[in-house]
Amino acid sequence: MSIDPNYLRANQGFRLADGGRIDRGDPLIFSFAGRRLMGYRGDTLASALLANGVRIVGRSFKYARPRGIVCAGVEEPNAILQIGGREETQTPNVRATEQPLIDGMVTRPVNGWPNADADLMSIFGSLGGALMTPGFYYKTFMFPASRWESYEWFIRRAAGLGKSSKLPDPDRYDHMNHHVDVLVVGAGPTGLAAALAASESGKRVLLIDERSEAGGSLLWSGDADKYAWGEAIDAMLPMQWVANAVRRLDANPQVARLTHTTVTGYHDHNFLTAWERRDDTCAFSGSDTVPGTRQRLHKIRAASVVLATGAHERPLVFANNDLPGCMTASAVSEYIRRYAVIPGNRLVVMTANDGGYRAAFDWKQAGREVVAVIDPRHDPDSSAIQQAREAGITVLTGSALVEARGRKGVTGALVAPINKLATFVTGDTRLLACDTIATSGGWSPAVHLSCHTGSRPVWDDAAIGFVPGPTTERRYAGGSLLGHHALAQCLADGTEIGAQACSVYSDEQREGSIAASVPQVQSSNTTEAAPMALFAVPHPKPSSRAPKQFVDFQNDVTAAGIEQSTREGFESIEHVKRYNALGFGTDQGKTGNVNGMAIVARALGKTLPEVGTTVFRPNYTPVTMGAVGGAHVRELFDPERYTPMHRWHVKAGAEFENVGQWKRPWYYPQGNESMSEAIAREQLATRNGVGILDASTLGKIDIRGPDAREFLARVYTNSWAKLAPGRCRYGLMCGEDGMVMDDGVTACLADDHFHMTTTTGGAAHVLSWLELWQQTEWPELDIFFTSVTDQWATISIAGPNSRALLDELTDDIDLSAEAFGFMDFRTGHVAGIAARVFRISFTGDLSYEINVPAHHGQTVWDALFNCGERYGLTPYGTETMHVLRAEKGFIIVGQDTDGSVTPYDLDHGWAVAGNKPFSFIGKRGMQRSDCTREERKQLVGLKCSDPNTVIPEGAQAVRDPAQPIPMSMVGHVTSSYYSAFLGRSIAMGVIKGGLKRKGEKVYFPLADGRTLEATLCDPVFLDPEGARGKV
Amino acid sequence: MFLIHCPYCGEDREEEEFHAAGEAHIARPLDPDACSDEEWGNYLYFRRNPRGLHRELWVHVAGCGKYFNIARDTASYQIHGSYRIGERFTWSDAEDSAAP
Ligand SMILES: [Zn+2]
Repeated sequence: MSIDPNYLRANQGFRLADGGRIDRGDPLIFSFAGRRLMGYRGDTLASALLANGVRIVGRSFKYARPRGIVCAGVEEPNAILQIGGREETQTPNVRATEQPLIDGMVTRPVNGWPNADADLMSIFGSLGGALMTPGFYYKTFMFPASRWESYEWFIRRAAGLGKSSKLPDPDRYDHMNHHVDVLVVGAGPTGLAAALAASESGKRVLLIDERSEAGGSLLWSGDADKYAWGEAIDAMLPMQWVANAVRRLDANPQVARLTHTTVTGYHDHNFLTAWERRDDTCAFSGSDTVPGTRQRLHKIRAASVVLATGAHERPLVFANNDLPGCMTASAVSEYIRRYAVIPGNRLVVMTANDGGYRAAFDWKQAGREVVAVIDPRHDPDSSAIQQAREAGITVLTGSALVEARGRKGVTGALVAPINKLATFVTGDTRLLACDTIATSGGWSPAVHLSCHTGSRPVWDDAAIGFVPGPTTERRYAGGSLLGHHALAQCLADGTEIGAQACSVYSDEQREGSIAASVPQVQSSNTTEAAPMALFAVPHPKPSSRAPKQFVDFQNDVTAAGIEQSTREGFESIEHVKRYNALGFGTDQGKTGNVNGMAIVARALGKTLPEVGTTVFRPNYTPVTMGAVGGAHVRELFDPERYTPMHRWHVKAGAEFENVGQWKRPWYYPQGNESMSEAIAREQLATRNGVGILDASTLGKIDIRGPDAREFLARVYTNSWAKLAPGRCRYGLMCGEDGMVMDDGVTACLADDHFHMTTTTGGAAHVLSWLELWQQTEWPELDIFFTSVTDQWATISIAGPNSRALLDELTDDIDLSAEAFGFMDFRTGHVAGIAARVFRISFTGDLSYEINVPAHHGQTVWDALFNCGERYGLTPYGTETMHVLRAEKGFIIVGQDTDGSVTPYDLDHGWAVAGNKPFSFIGKRGMQRSDCTREERKQLVGLKCSDPNTVIPEGAQAVRDPAQPIPMSMVGHVTSSYYSAFLGRSIAMGVIKGGLKRKGEKVYFPLADGRTLEATLCDPVFLDPEGARGKV
Repeated sequence: MFLIHCPYCGEDREEEEFHAAGEAHIARPLDPDACSDEEWGNYLYFRRNPRGLHRELWVHVAGCGKYFNIARDTASYQIHGSYRIGERFTWSDAEDSAAP
């Protein structure tokens, strides 16, 4: 259905005829809650909504009260919308005040169902006063479960701000690293002045601002020609000065500038993260995804950081202050000046400082009625007040706006005289008819980033706010962040800290850069009246009886709720915050925290700094998971490691198992084979003929140096003194605590040259471990380690036919049992490729491990298959490998051990040489009294009484199956398989005192109700004499 | 994210290139077999874990592979120096009285 654009244009009843930084020639059509609306390029979603007279943008979280737009920037608590043109691009939690309007954008409120205007939740909300008290969630969770279920439906519907798509995100995100001399956060007057000063030093400068254009507060303040409160910088209109500054910065090749980018985290050593919204057009409008980066996460390391993050205006807390139409004073100005949007027709301003008068001037300039400015100060005098009176604006001093009136929006303001301390109402109230209320309680410096590295903000009485505390980082702050709100002061601050930020290099540069000139301000605002520290406005009734006075809009925290929690005994601000969920919304309480603390202070009779401080943590604003993940998604989420023969395994139809980052063939199903059928086939083929395993993932470390042998003797538990070149030995590696850490076979290539193998998963750790000891304890040992895991392809052939098969492919290695015995190692050629061949076995059968340079791995693998058919050569994967080794009682470190198992617990005392001259690593540890206890868990075989039942791995053992719960657990199963070759199930496990208890029974009560019975036995189930391997 | 100076590479590098390896200067007893269980337990498990000045062992695992020490404030996270194995690092006398 096409819609007449003229109709949509005319619908913008709150758009001013001229002015604003919008392009009326570029209309954008968007939808809100199913309604088609029009705005212009340059609008934010919020300004476009206001232009169309949309006052209600959502329902509140607990009470389902209608809520409207309050602010014009990042601090907005209410206008949090769901945006997305398609299911897969649904984005929750977007602040309409920060989101540029996009043609075709599809938006809707998140908290109102079925719609924000008429909400079922309001039924619930009307019960809210009694039902949803402070600590509601904590108290609810303490109710009986049956009560909880009745709440759950409501809470699930209400909780959270929108929903994420469950489909894969089609857009592209990435990360970018920056290394700069000076990072300037904030491109308002302070940040621009700082960037200009810093850029003159020739240093690398990065300037970041969250808005779509530079200027900060100048985007809505200080226009000398048109407004009563006029300012000029260096004889230019403020925005002309901004444009000029931006031009100078952009012309400097050492300066980079990011807009629409929020610095979200300030981490240690001046590492900051910034989230850039580059192009949300496709995602939010529903058009097809185009190539390009939607959002980018910048990772910035800066020699020094300039924080010019400004301040957020605090709305005042009064009764019904959440009615749509209640806004901050600066937001009213910003909508009028920047977007040419007038939020209503009749305005009442309440301000505790001169700055709030701007809203009245702007409103009047736009040709609408200013009903009154309510000023709580008694007899204040300043340029702003004089100008207001001269302009015919009614100014009521010593008064307060105590209550807003209206149902779905403001229709009136209740005003009353108050005492000098603004603690109580001194006279009768009067009702002023109006549709918009603008308030200013002062400005809270945006200290968020300054807190992230642990610095606590400090209260500043002059600023009436928290300012950044001391830090060890090279960090500079200025402007409104320090409570310096005068434009001239901001520019002076910025120039000074911009120069200081460069001066970390040398004194010479400091002198050079301080010469940078401070921009000069001309202002008609010559005298200022001191601002008043007002947070919560008094009401004729106590706050528990008055209409709700909201402090934190996102979590519906009220002044009465905070006061009640102090009556319930909460005194620490940290407890009060958590109990009320004050500041726990996605806005982190940017508008509500200080007001909340002030109410706590009032209730406890303390000063604000006595109550405490408020600390913010990363992130400053929510960041999308897409930006966090960047390009690290799908196949790039985690690196995958492939062996040289990987493609062959894929072609052979292997199922793969993840072992660390390695992809290892798990088993090779043929046809419709089940996993257990495949494993039985692979196992029998290996035991009866010959099987082939890709063992390339085994860790391999090349060890060289005259002290290599001595070093091995120190890090392994067994003896290495007599291992001759051409021989291999199995070794156990322990930690200093005596617990098994890794195992593997090491070959002696020469007296000063060894080839160590480690477990697949332990390779990196073992190399670090060896380096640790060599570098920090025994630097006198002359030895080098080189990881060669990826340099060698390792092919293991196992089974009675393995010798005959290998014999076909080598003519320079004598494979006879006499010439090449068990645990021997030979060099020669296999399939014409230079190879190291180890006669070692992880199956108990005759077996060879062929190592060839990785890029020849596939050649040798293929050659084995070329002549393998007549020997029944069968590929097997890790699962069959596990069964084969378990039949022989061979352990897998990390499966049969868990860091609490000594070699003696494994009955591997044979691998410990206690008489070595050097007290090897782990020796003293395994002799500690606890390690020699008799009732330690020890590795034994387990034969299930039902040979067809495989006991689940991890099953807990008990001695007495009739013992009532809680039962005494005596160990658990570590490895358990069905052995097709033995025709029965086999298992290993660690059982208390197991080595002495072979023949005894243990029981495994399972979660499914069965109890299995098993007999402790020797873990070698097959060929205990070892005859099969020594042929 | 720390910025760590590797005394072997001579460069400030990102923390992700390094691994922490615990408290520095924990010497292995020269004759472990002569240690009591308690002495051995102290060597194995007991660390100072101070709030404040601390010497730590790190390894430039994604760089030169070398172990080295840093002197770091565990409260402010400031790194006061990086130095090679076998070297010593001292803070000013006043500061160092807090360290062992
Ligand atoms: Zn290094």
